[in-house]
Amino acid sequence: MSKLSHESLLKEFPEAQWDEAAGAVILPVANARTIAEWLLASGWDYCSNVTGVDYLEAEVKEKITNDAGETETVTRTEAGRIDVVYHLYSMANKTGPLVLKQRTGREGATAESLTPVWRSCDLQEREVYDLFGVNFNGHPDQRRILMWDEFEGHPMRKDYTEPFDYEWEPTPHAEILEKHQRGKVIV
Amino acid sequence: MSILGGGIFKGMAVTLRNFIGSYFHKERLITNDYEWRSEGELPQSIGDYPKEEGEQLRDTTTVNHYSRNFPMLLHDTGEPMDTIRCVACQICERECPPQCIYIEKSTEKKENADGKPQFYPAKFDIDVSVCMSCQICVEVCPFDAIVMNSQFELSTPNRFGGLLVRRDDLLKSNDYYHKIHPQEAAARDQKMVADKAAKEAKKKAAAEKSKAAAEARAAAAEAEAKEDTE
Amino acid sequence: MITAAPNYELLQQEGLETSLLEISMGPHHPSTHGVFRMDVKLDGETVVELRPVFGYLHRNHEKLAENMTYLSSMPFTDRLDYFNSMTNNWAYALAAEKLIEVEVPERAEYLRVIMAELTRLVNHVTLVGFFINDLGALGTPLMYAFREREKILDLFEQASGARMMCNYFRFGGLRNDVPEGWLGRARELVDRFPAFLDEYEQLLCENEIILSRTQGVGNLSRELAVNAGITGPMLRASGVNYDLRKVDAYGIYDRFKFRVPYTDGDTGDCYDRFMIRMLEMRESVEILKQALADIPEGDIIGKVSKVFKPKPAETYGRIEGPKGELGFYLIADGTTKPYRYRVRPPSLINLTVLRDMCLGGKIADAVIILGSIDIVLGEVDR
Repeated sequence: MSKLSHESLLKEFPEAQWDEAAGAVILPVANARTIAEWLLASGWDYCSNVTGVDYLEAEVKEKITNDAGETETVTRTEAGRIDVVYHLYSMANKTGPLVLKQRTGREGATAESLTPVWRSCDLQEREVYDLFGVNFNGHPDQRRILMWDEFEGHPMRKDYTEPFDYEWEPTPHAEILEKHQRGKVIV
Repeated sequence: MSILGGGIFKGMAVTLRNFIGSYFHKERLITNDYEWRSEGELPQSIGDYPKEEGEQLRDTTTVNHYSRNFPMLLHDTGEPMDTIRCVACQICERECPPQCIYIEKSTEKKENADGKPQFYPAKFDIDVSVCMSCQICVEVCPFDAIVMNSQFELSTPNRFGGLLVRRDDLLKSNDYYHKIHPQEAAARDQKMVADKAAKEAKKKAAAEKSKAAAEARAAAAEAEAKEDTE
Repeated sequence: MITAAPNYELLQQEGLETSLLEISMGPHHPSTHGVFRMDVKLDGETVVELRPVFGYLHRNHEKLAENMTYLSSMPFTDRLDYFNSMTNNWAYALAAEKLIEVEVPERAEYLRVIMAELTRLVNHVTLVGFFINDLGALGTPLMYAFREREKILDLFEQASGARMMCNYFRFGGLRNDVPEGWLGRARELVDRFPAFLDEYEQLLCENEIILSRTQGVGNLSRELAVNAGITGPMLRASGVNYDLRKVDAYGIYDRFKFRVPYTDGDTGDCYDRFMIRMLEMRESVEILKQALADIPEGDIIGKVSKVFKPKPAETYGRIEGPKGELGFYLIADGTTKPYRYRVRPPSLINLTVLRDMCLGGKIADAVIILGSIDIVLGEVDR
């Protein structure tokens, strides 16, 4: 088993989990920095992409077999969460990608900043803070990057509503937009 | 070069070569680019541009075959509203990325060029200031009813209503389309004919299959009746 | 080029009261390649502190794409890095093709490579022109570069209908085939391009002013470049041989013989980045010659419906854009619209090291360093 694979990571740190559907390693937030330093030392020297994904609270229907041996559909609520996704590559060995995810809740979202390990996470984690509202522990310069500093709210969240636009003027295009927002046009 | 400034002199030699050469070889001239296209493709005077009845005088033809600027609705030869191809299916309105198309379907059907009763758009407006000429509406239209025009002189002094191009201004004939984009129009006509033929063939095959099935059933019923009587 | 910190006490003793000058090289600035702002603190002419500010062109492309089908957000990818619309389209098409099973026909693959390499020529020639413009050569190299760029944009207009916002790539191939005579014109252009490059190099590469202003300016060490996620010509100028066309070999790049120029050594300065781009243009011409010679006849798009519903999966597709690694991270959830659509912008990540390179230098060098990083604000801000 080569050093540059997710299996060696899972062997070294048993608290990390492997998510088969996404092909990603879920890192526990408390330990994330140590794991990252180990990864850098093993040869994953290039962190290509850092981004966030927002999942609202959702009801998931699953078919499970209960004790009597019959299949039944069970609904459970999956709590909302925000994933911070990292794509790692190795320039020295020219292999790729290893996908890491840090999971955090939507209220008071916090994650461990991996900027001290890979400098490329610097601006991208600022963007995740700006657009999703995830607080990164240990980030050297956490402030808004794409929105202006006094902006309130986090635009990329799924439940973001735009503030009242007092500068709006009616144009012919307004009717089209309204029709789309009313839901009459289904894409 | 060993002398100080040698590199700069070399560069100046290039500039001088380009400057003097631009009097003799047009391709060294930076700003006059049109000469690079072959002579036959350029319209020589305004009178050469194709004109549609009632359009602005300074319509331009396209020098490049696929050049696109703003959509137009097609109608076949005849009265525009009688031969309009659009059936107001509203697919282009859904798929348009900046959402600049506004369609209202008519309430009753009307006969189109083929004689079939179809809906038609009571309103079909496109906002010039929003359209970004991406051509997605052309791609998703299942009836080849909307294609791209290359007319770009669409400015108007009216800021609010003037930038909304209405259905009657959007309607242009298929002949005009052939004039401005000959290759594309010919390919589209060919495709329409081929699609129609394929549909006819499929309908015929389905009809024959059902006829054969009906005959087989009738023969089986007859055989059964014969057995009963025996 | 980090000099010692200025000694303020000494300066004040001599009777000179100095203070730091704060300048905002603001969004409206001819040298900042778009609406980009740098808050600079100067001690005389030396840069003591530099803070880049962007977001002036933020259009929230990522959230828009969550409300539109996959096909409808293709025109918006043109507008990310507005100089290279073809390669942006290819990166998105590559990422989405990983979600659906579709076979791209041979002719489409060859045309994709041809379009991408033409785009690379356009980008490098434009960048070199603007870079020399920032140095103060008021427009001559830029206009020579634009003369060539116009010829390539004519080719793009003939193939796709628009000069810059081409919207030409589709999932499974291309939108339409090139018109007749296009390949002949492209071959003609590719045959004449090396002569133009020779002339351009003669104009620029031995010029003493360029040499003295770009050599030694903006040093970037190899370790910092790799750790900061720098990609593209900037990375190769710092001594790392990493080109996605060779590493990932997406499309049919493994069929072409071409070299990847990179500096040997541990650091790269502005002159290295400039020369790497000139060399890359020559390699692009090589690839174009091979592709134009081998292109077969055939279909132009595979069998895929226009509005498709991929199964729930997530993928990351990346290409070697002219500015660096352009990647698209897509999460599909089984509907016609993506759940998460993320653009990995090379220009933004390359800006991580702007401050490191500029500190301690002069303010004029900051402009040159910014020019050599090659940013386009449409991509930085999306």
